[in-house]
Amino acid sequence: MFRYRDKALAERIIREIKDFDRHFTFMHVCGTHQDTLVRHGLDSLFKEANVEIRQGPGCPVCVTTQKEIEEAMALAKAGKTVVSYGDMMRVPGNTGTLNDIKSKGGDVRIVYSAEDAVAIARKTGKDTVFLGVGFETTAPGTAAILLDNPPENLSVLSFHRFTPPALKAIIDMGEVKLDGLIEPGHVSTIVGVKAWEFLTKDYGISQVVAGFEPIDLLMATYMLARQVVRGEPKIENEYSRLVKYEGNIRAQSALREVFRTVDVSWRGFPTLPDSGMELKKEFDGHNARLLFEDVLEPVWKTEFRDPPGCRCGDVLRGVIDSTECPLFGKACIPSNPIGPCMVSTEGSCNIMYRYGRKGVGP
Amino acid sequence: MCLAVPGRVVEIDGKRAMIDYGGTKRSANISMVDAKVGDYVVVHAGFAIEIMDEKSAKEVIREFEEMMDKLEL
Repeated sequence: MFRYRDKALAERIIREIKDFDRHFTFMHVCGTHQDTLVRHGLDSLFKEANVEIRQGPGCPVCVTTQKEIEEAMALAKAGKTVVSYGDMMRVPGNTGTLNDIKSKGGDVRIVYSAEDAVAIARKTGKDTVFLGVGFETTAPGTAAILLDNPPENLSVLSFHRFTPPALKAIIDMGEVKLDGLIEPGHVSTIVGVKAWEFLTKDYGISQVVAGFEPIDLLMATYMLARQVVRGEPKIENEYSRLVKYEGNIRAQSALREVFRTVDVSWRGFPTLPDSGMELKKEFDGHNARLLFEDVLEPVWKTEFRDPPGCRCGDVLRGVIDSTECPLFGKACIPSNPIGPCMVSTEGSCNIMYRYGRKGVGP
Repeated sequence: MCLAVPGRVVEIDGKRAMIDYGGTKRSANISMVDAKVGDYVVVHAGFAIEIMDEKSAKEVIREFEEMMDKLEL
């Protein structure tokens, strides 16, 4: 349809970036961006052009905490039907995975869409808990089912999160010196370009909203580098074929109608203010944390630690590259993952391993 | 997780539409967008999240190329 994979254009963009003749460090926050970068070898091309691109906390399954995974497992162990997107199944909590519970006869099901959870609840008539995992791109689907007269036996355990607070935290913590941010195209489709503006206004950082084809990422990186060299930080929209300044207003109002913001922990981060989405009071009858308080209370009272040696948290803050973790490709591989960054197909470690970075991998 | 796939709307029935992803057809919820038959929508986890602006897409590519041409002078 369009020439998003044009090789000559790619080479020209890389040449232009090289001509800036300086080092840049950028961060993106999306597993799909990481996949494009590594799958097409852009990471190597960028290194040659003196550009380093780190993946930040852009993997919803990865930033989910041990406690949240244990919440889901506790409900499954208690005999509830737990319905989840596939990536959550193999993420290790402290006492195993949802998959382990399924293999022991637990009713844990994988779905493609939140609407599938409604169908399961209607069909089985059993207590059905949908795991609401994901950022602003995914959360509107959860909101939609709650706004559409859901069956009484359907509840939601919300792990949904807002991304801008995590980026703010990364800048506030100052562990990585960043020259610019590549903003996630599909989160931006919902929240709009406007949601990121405060980062440039408050911190003077350059930003570009980017699409997911190789040319999109090349172009976004060039646009960022140009902003930095000119000393004119702003937010530009490379993905204008999909992303509007205002975002998807209908999805935003569904989110506002269903969720209230709460402070939540992210793996690798301290508690981030207003970064979590919890169901509003009007949806108490569908809030798994209220309906099954007795099952969840022991989990809430337990202190959980990240798996020993796993540096997923450091990877998520962009402090290290996956390949710098001593477990990467040795004790920790996709078929035997220690931490979520190796489990999720959006996790940096999983992606780096699958495409054989640093000679480690298949 | 935020992977989203573009497809063409071939049939609409209320808030649902049949989407053609280059030959493979699958139903999606289109309640978040004002899609018409023939539109390209981007679908994430069963929900169309936005309509693709083909004109804007072509313009962006032209802009890239024009800009690159200028830079080469």
